[in-house]
Amino acid sequence: MSAASARLAPSGLLAGARRRFAASSSAPVYVALGAMMVVSFVLIGPRFLGYDNVLSILQRSVALGLVAAGQTLAILVGSLDLSVAYVVSVTAVLASVVMQGNPEMMIPAVIVVLAVGGLIGLTNGLIITKLGVNAFIATLGMALILRGLLNATFDNFAGSVPREFQVLGYGNVGPVPYSVLLLGMVVAAVWFLLRHTRFGHHVYAVGGSEETARLSGVRSHRVIISAHVLCSVAAALAGLFIVSRLGAGAPWVGPDGGYDLESIAAVVVGGTALAGGRGGVFGTLAGVFILATLDNVFNLLQVDPFIKDTIRGIILISAVAVYALRLRGSR
Amino acid sequence: MTDEREPVLDAAPTDRPGPVVESPQQAGTAGGLVPGVSGGQAPLLEMRGIGKKFFGVPVLVDVDIDLRAGEVHALLGENGAGKSTLMKILAGAHQPDGGEIRLDGETVQFHHPRDAQMKGVSIIYQEFNLLPERTVAQNIFLGREPRRAFVVDTARMEALTQQLLTMLNVEAGVSPSTLVRGLSVAQQQTVEIAKALSYEARILVMDEPTAALSIHETLALFERVRLLQAQGLGVLYISHRLKEIFELAQRVTVLKDGRKVATADVSAVTTRRLVQMMVGRDLDHYFPPHAAPEARGDVRLAINGGAVHGVLQDINLEVRAGEIVGLAGLEGSGRTELAQALFGVRPFNSGTVEVNGKRLRLRSPRQALKRRMGFVTEDRKLEGLVLPLSIRSNSLLALRGLGRWFHGDVPGHVSVQDLVRRVDIRAPSLEQEVRFLSGGNQQKVVLAKWLATDAQIFIFDEPTRGIDVGAKAGIHELMRELTNAGAAILMISSELPEIIGMSDRIVVMRHGGIVGELPADSGEDEIMLMATGEHDLESAA
Repeated sequence: MSAASARLAPSGLLAGARRRFAASSSAPVYVALGAMMVVSFVLIGPRFLGYDNVLSILQRSVALGLVAAGQTLAILVGSLDLSVAYVVSVTAVLASVVMQGNPEMMIPAVIVVLAVGGLIGLTNGLIITKLGVNAFIATLGMALILRGLLNATFDNFAGSVPREFQVLGYGNVGPVPYSVLLLGMVVAAVWFLLRHTRFGHHVYAVGGSEETARLSGVRSHRVIISAHVLCSVAAALAGLFIVSRLGAGAPWVGPDGGYDLESIAAVVVGGTALAGGRGGVFGTLAGVFILATLDNVFNLLQVDPFIKDTIRGIILISAVAVYALRLRGSR
Repeated sequence: MTDEREPVLDAAPTDRPGPVVESPQQAGTAGGLVPGVSGGQAPLLEMRGIGKKFFGVPVLVDVDIDLRAGEVHALLGENGAGKSTLMKILAGAHQPDGGEIRLDGETVQFHHPRDAQMKGVSIIYQEFNLLPERTVAQNIFLGREPRRAFVVDTARMEALTQQLLTMLNVEAGVSPSTLVRGLSVAQQQTVEIAKALSYEARILVMDEPTAALSIHETLALFERVRLLQAQGLGVLYISHRLKEIFELAQRVTVLKDGRKVATADVSAVTTRRLVQMMVGRDLDHYFPPHAAPEARGDVRLAINGGAVHGVLQDINLEVRAGEIVGLAGLEGSGRTELAQALFGVRPFNSGTVEVNGKRLRLRSPRQALKRRMGFVTEDRKLEGLVLPLSIRSNSLLALRGLGRWFHGDVPGHVSVQDLVRRVDIRAPSLEQEVRFLSGGNQQKVVLAKWLATDAQIFIFDEPTRGIDVGAKAGIHELMRELTNAGAAILMISSELPEIIGMSDRIVVMRHGGIVGELPADSGEDEIMLMATGEHDLESAA
């Protein structure tokens, strides 16, 4: 069936792109995002698409977007990471403690923070592959360990970041904030990795069937571990962004943001299969935008924020149901 | 009748003079029967004295086989004869306990499927190893994606894939960028072949490649195999469809019960001779007596014109109280699908089913269960038992599922002790987890599960697969006791002695339909001829 329709489709670059779009697993999420924009515009009026408001939506997307971009890798490879919220906290606190308001410590702090993030991811990956602990449990355990360490050491904001570092959170290049650029670069990097490198191809293969990948000579453990390292590094970047906004790190910044479950929700809404092997980072980005737009609309309309969670729940379930139905339809 | 000239056969392995085999010249001409073979070269592949045991049970005993470049060599045998094990050893998926493998006369050892692949041995299993969410090209080059400066060179990868597809004459529908998910079974198989070729395979093993193909697709596959042959590949072709072997292969090796019966030139054997080689064995097992004709009662189960899209067509079948109807056929002939349709797992799309004279629509296993049907499935570990639960819980699984009681306990008249005694389970305690039981005892727990619901119509799918001889006899006794007490049994089995020993009537399936019925005292070769479709050919000849 699909072969026949492929042959009947008009040729040409545009048609090819259109076909690829229709076949891409995350197509519905863009449609949903578009629909949401239209509805929001109708509800709120031209103000919704004004520069300030669009910027506000984008900035609201940065922290979750960074975490979710990494989470996409973990989920695509057939794993998942519940420890990202505490990686955000750990890195935010660590960055502000190391910097202590001193601009000269900025670069060392960033290096330390990214290294610690990578180390946490490495540990997650090793526990999952070498000890054979289910990813859900391994990363939940890691989350508890990090939470315990943080709460035992800090009970309030600790340290501070210098003004110069807050440029990341508040500065612009022309009309575009640095933070939005950072998100754009990370998403582009993850996309490039997935689409154009062997590692990316192997992420899809291992997530689709670890055994098939292994029999084709793929070192599946390495792929899983690398995906976890990158996932945690992405969460560490989110921690750096948050601390630059707040001026100092505190143990609760990660869990209060709900980055663990929300990042998974964004990935899944974006069309990546929770079982792995299918999906992509652009879908995740759209998923993040949908959640951020929802926040924004509720803020502007000043509606009871608890309803927001209900709508999020409905979006999450409908998204997964739509993907499941599409998949069944294509069989 | 047929031309019964005696086929020329290789000597049985034990008759082969040991040291002579060491010399490739001698090995190549040992049979001295294949025309056009130069004696001077070592064969592409030699497997010598291969032995393999699983849990102490020998599945291969001293098997020899060789393969020449440009040859299709068929491997023939009943289910359980050891064909697949032999091929898995060749592919590096199993390690042999004894014997050696030589490529071009050089001894090799494969510890991992990759080792075999690198040496040019590729195997295409019945279950494909493809990623449905990736493209054809991505699947073929998985793990070896061509790169240019750290970036996967998709253009080159797809060009290389296109070359392979063109060489294999693949139709236009399959392009390198097509997702495998959208391909038909036959197209996926072609992708597997292309993948094998991309490893520069010199030896290609195909395990029942036509099992799921239409006639048209089968012919296309044959064309491809001949193409590979012309390029000098050696193809080991596993099948029990005799017709295919005569059409495609130059030589055939027959395995039986893990031993090699013979290797022969295809042009020198007849269908009947091959069947005799496959099945000719003594019954080494005692079966309980058949039901007397007068003991058979009313029709318990009747199917009229039952069909499942693309799987089963026009099934007409009756099973009476007190009788065992044996369902014979090759793998893929639709036997299990018929059982599943009856039990509501994948129900009939059309046709009618009558249970005890009442027309019913069975849409789910629950409905079948309520009509007092029981289904002993082919895979007891996956479908028959909940492995981490106790004997008691498993025995009561179906009954509890029906929810006939209000508390956590069972109705007064059901006693697990009685059930366990009836089926004779040997276990220290009823609380024992069933995963620790032997295969035979596990099967008895499955049976106890259906006895608990007081089932009257039983479907047995491979009731004694993987069970030792003693427990086998026990299961057979139990089945006969059930029919003597008025139950009706439909039994699927790939073991012909079991079909003959147990069945009061034998129904044979082929290509999703019932092709005939044979009386209880039929010979194995008669069943086999009917199951393979060679019957029609022979009577026509």
